[in-house]
Amino acid sequence: MQDNKITARNVQVYYGDNQAIKDVNVDIADKTVTAFIGPSGCGKSTFLRCLNRMNDTIDICRVEGDIRIDGEDIYDPKVDPVQLRAKVGMVFQKPNPFPKSIYDNVAYGPKIHGLARNKAELDEIVEKSLRKAALWNEAKDRLAAPGTGLSGGQQQRLCIARAIATSPEVLLMDEPCSALDPIATAQVEELIDELRQSFSVVIVTHSMQQAARVSQKTAFFHLGNLVEYDETDKIFTNPEDPRTESYISGRIG
Amino acid sequence: MQSLTPLLLVITGLAVAGYFIAKSRAMKVAGGDIRTLVSLPRQHALNTVLSTSVPALAAILLISLYLRLTGGQGSWFFGFVVIGLAVTGFATSLIGIKQDRRARTLAERWILGLLIFASTIAIMTTVGIVFSMLFETYNFFGQYDWRNFFFSTTWSPNFRGNSDLGILPLLWGTLYISFIALAFAVPIGLFAAIYLSEYAGPRMRSVAKPAIEVLAGIPTIVYGLFALFIVGPALRDYFAEPMGLGQSASSVMTAGLVMGIMLIPFVSSLSDDIINAVPQSMRDGSLGLGATKSETIRQVVIPAALPGVIGAVLLAASRAIGETMIVVLGAGAAARLSLNPFEAMTTVTVKIVSQLTGDTDFASPETLVAFALGLTLFVITLGLNVFALFIVRRYREQYE
Ligand SMILES: Nc1ncnc2c1ncn2[C@@H]1O[C@H](COP(=O)(O)OP(=O)(O)OP(=O)(O)O)[C@@H](O)[C@H]1O
Ligand SMILES: [Mg+2]
Repeated sequence: MQDNKITARNVQVYYGDNQAIKDVNVDIADKTVTAFIGPSGCGKSTFLRCLNRMNDTIDICRVEGDIRIDGEDIYDPKVDPVQLRAKVGMVFQKPNPFPKSIYDNVAYGPKIHGLARNKAELDEIVEKSLRKAALWNEAKDRLAAPGTGLSGGQQQRLCIARAIATSPEVLLMDEPCSALDPIATAQVEELIDELRQSFSVVIVTHSMQQAARVSQKTAFFHLGNLVEYDETDKIFTNPEDPRTESYISGRIG
Repeated sequence: MQSLTPLLLVITGLAVAGYFIAKSRAMKVAGGDIRTLVSLPRQHALNTVLSTSVPALAAILLISLYLRLTGGQGSWFFGFVVIGLAVTGFATSLIGIKQDRRARTLAERWILGLLIFASTIAIMTTVGIVFSMLFETYNFFGQYDWRNFFFSTTWSPNFRGNSDLGILPLLWGTLYISFIALAFAVPIGLFAAIYLSEYAGPRMRSVAKPAIEVLAGIPTIVYGLFALFIVGPALRDYFAEPMGLGQSASSVMTAGLVMGIMLIPFVSSLSDDIINAVPQSMRDGSLGLGATKSETIRQVVIPAALPGVIGAVLLAASRAIGETMIVVLGAGAAARLSLNPFEAMTTVTVKIVSQLTGDTDFASPETLVAFALGLTLFVITLGLNVFALFIVRRYREQYE
């Protein structure tokens, strides 16, 4: 079943003189959930941001190596990062709704990319995305209210809805559940499982249980290195590297 | 009060002495171990300085105000009150130094008093100015019908006693020139701000931003000269005459353009700061959805910064409305109601100046009208400021 959606070879990332990612090689399969785990500051977000070239927006950041999505080098000068990001959606570590209404937040991507032919279609996309992100019941009566007026957890689900409204092929989620309560977390995990039918999902998480619950593959990062990458079951039951073992049993981090 | 200097010297002397005496007294009370004190020696010292000087200085100000208003003479009695207050504060705070005395919180109270006092002065000054204008305006309307002032379309003062003092042509000139200035300054200033904050690299920014801000430091009289000698004749020779719109070098357009140049840094510098304050995460969110840079700016950054940008524009508008020098030299002094931007017109501020220069008799309507004009202008700018505040408040909580 496993075609590789993303292949990364010898990826190095520098912030100025500081190397944040060291020689990472990874293959991310299509229609799977891949979890990135590792202690804070080990470069999970940095690596995630390489996959949709969000690091381009940071002046001092330099990416080396070869990253391909569907066999196409995304750092090739011919590739338009704007197009790429429409295909590779992202949910950020901190919720960042736009200062617009809830409706306009979700409709933002579809409007820019012309995904809806008319208002009715747009309404449908918005509703579907909000339902998937488990926000519809709370938001349906206040679609015109500003998105920034929602609670932190609701804002994060709004950002998830916004990301899936553009129907990306790959969804990158940076700790999407860190601000959510157990119920919303369960809903988002359900959503991730559902998204797996059609896209590949990469999720950064600090929760071992979550990684174990939602992902099929897990990558463990430590100090900018990819220490171990394998089937999730294997990582959590029988890790090869002693560092992985001590991290998942709670000794580093 | 001519004897202000000795009074101030006495207060300063007491305060300085109080500082050192309080410090050493606190040390002595502590018996060498300052941990036994509730407040530190320097806090006792601060308390002494403040309780010596604050009431005494406040008394000096109040007494001076009272003397001015009543036209009375300063006497030894007032000096006595001031010194008395200073000495009382000095003595009570020094005697009060005990181990468990909370000088730290007491000093806090004096500081609060000082701050309230300072803001009261600022507010009272404004109130005073408004009242004196109201008073003179009232006198003016006693001699001249207010309907003619507000609704007459001619402005032709003379000293024979049958002047027409209609504000409309002046107000029209003010608004027309301000409108042209803003129509010029707002887009240019905003685009410059967007370039500086979103596109320019740090090196370009460090050169360009101060360079634009230099414009704000040019005295308005220099802008006026520029309008008079360069912009005015150029506009006449290349636009007005070929298009048959007039022969005047002084025109609304000249003053408006030059004023617009003056306003560019107001708009750009403030907008730049405001755009920079929009969190990067907001831009990331938009770029992450596959929006281009300019889509992000148009649809996320500018809407988020809008209240602040509107504030900047309204501030520039108040500047434009109050500007005088550029208008005198650029637009001339003819009060006229006309739509032709190449015609000479004038503004409220220019007429205030011309009504008050030369031989003036402060009781005639021709001079008192200046107060009515000033008050009208003040009400307009006040309205603009209130409106700006309203907009900013209303939309402020939109992003964190
Ligand atoms: N914009 C930046 N400029 C400079 N250094 C950065 C920047 N962003 C991240 N870094 C550095 O890169 C390293 C990796 O950071 P990254 O944000 O990828 O960590 P992370 O694994 O996502 O951590 P967390 O779990 O806390 O989110 C850190 O040492 C960090 O200091
Ligand atoms: Mg992170």
